[in-house]
Amino acid sequence: MAIQQEKVVQDLKERFVEKIKEVSAHFGDDTVVIERDSLLDIIKFLKAEPYDYAMLLDLTCVDYMGQPDRFEMVYHLFSLSNNLRLRIKTRLPEKGPSVDSLTPVWKNANWLEREAYDMFGVRFNGHPYLKRLFMYDGFEGHPLRKDYPLRRRQPIIPMRKENDI
Amino acid sequence: MGKVKTEKKGLGSMAGGFITTSLNAMMGWGRKYSLFQYPFITACCGMEYMSVACAHYDLDRFGMGWTRFSPRQADMLLVVGTITHKEAPVLKTVYDQMTEPKWVVAFGACAVSGGIYDNYAVVQGIDNIIPVDVYIPGCPPRPETVLDALIKLQKKVQKEGHEWRFSKKK
Repeated sequence: MAIQQEKVVQDLKERFVEKIKEVSAHFGDDTVVIERDSLLDIIKFLKAEPYDYAMLLDLTCVDYMGQPDRFEMVYHLFSLSNNLRLRIKTRLPEKGPSVDSLTPVWKNANWLEREAYDMFGVRFNGHPYLKRLFMYDGFEGHPLRKDYPLRRRQPIIPMRKENDI
Repeated sequence: MGKVKTEKKGLGSMAGGFITTSLNAMMGWGRKYSLFQYPFITACCGMEYMSVACAHYDLDRFGMGWTRFSPRQADMLLVVGTITHKEAPVLKTVYDQMTEPKWVVAFGACAVSGGIYDNYAVVQGIDNIIPVDVYIPGCPPRPETVLDALIKLQKKVQKEGHEWRFSKKK
């Protein structure tokens, strides 16, 4: 019989007592907020049997500028065998935001983490190739951070002057 | 005396003008009905371009049915869709590879002005990179708008002068 969502959250709370900060549900999907140093342990625990969260659907970052822990990593997991979804969140500090890489667990975390690094400047410890994914070489800053200037452009080739147009 | 002088002057300029005007008209006519196009398609406007190019609206009626997939063989560059800063060097290279005479059409709101993408990634109008002859507004433009713009481009091609052929090289 398939495992119920409530059991997963309950097991998590029992196993990682101190590390689980907050649990909430929204439209039938649970969100678990955890300490960032235990991310890899919790992910491995969830991927193993019987929970079997075999898929990393998405991995992204949110910038809450002005709050003490500025960045929030969000992981969306999916269990094919149990048909369950789970959202894992963890907060990162403003100075030197870094978190363990999930590339040893999921291959697709590679590009997702490169995207998060490109857009938000989050460092992933243990990532094999942490380079920009979308923006080009020589691009300065991380464009999805809230303090990236709205009108700042970084063209590769020189733009034509007003008079030429 | 004065009258004769003006007549002579008038005749002279008319005689020269008569020949070049005819040549211009003929060259323009030939060019405007054989515009080889190079579609540089990057986004959803491409669907509208396909609609214009295929049987329903049929660009071939205007002598533009010949799609070239090398810029070196093309006369008309259709920039269809959003151009990002990352892609700008590619577009510039394609434009530079085209041989003279060449014309550029900015197809859709993104190519004209960046459209809704006023952000870090997108070029705010391709005229920041290359000169543009005709701008087609719309997100995406309807095929009628496109045909209207291309007919306008044909008029422009028709009027293009060829005096440079007879002027001394500097």
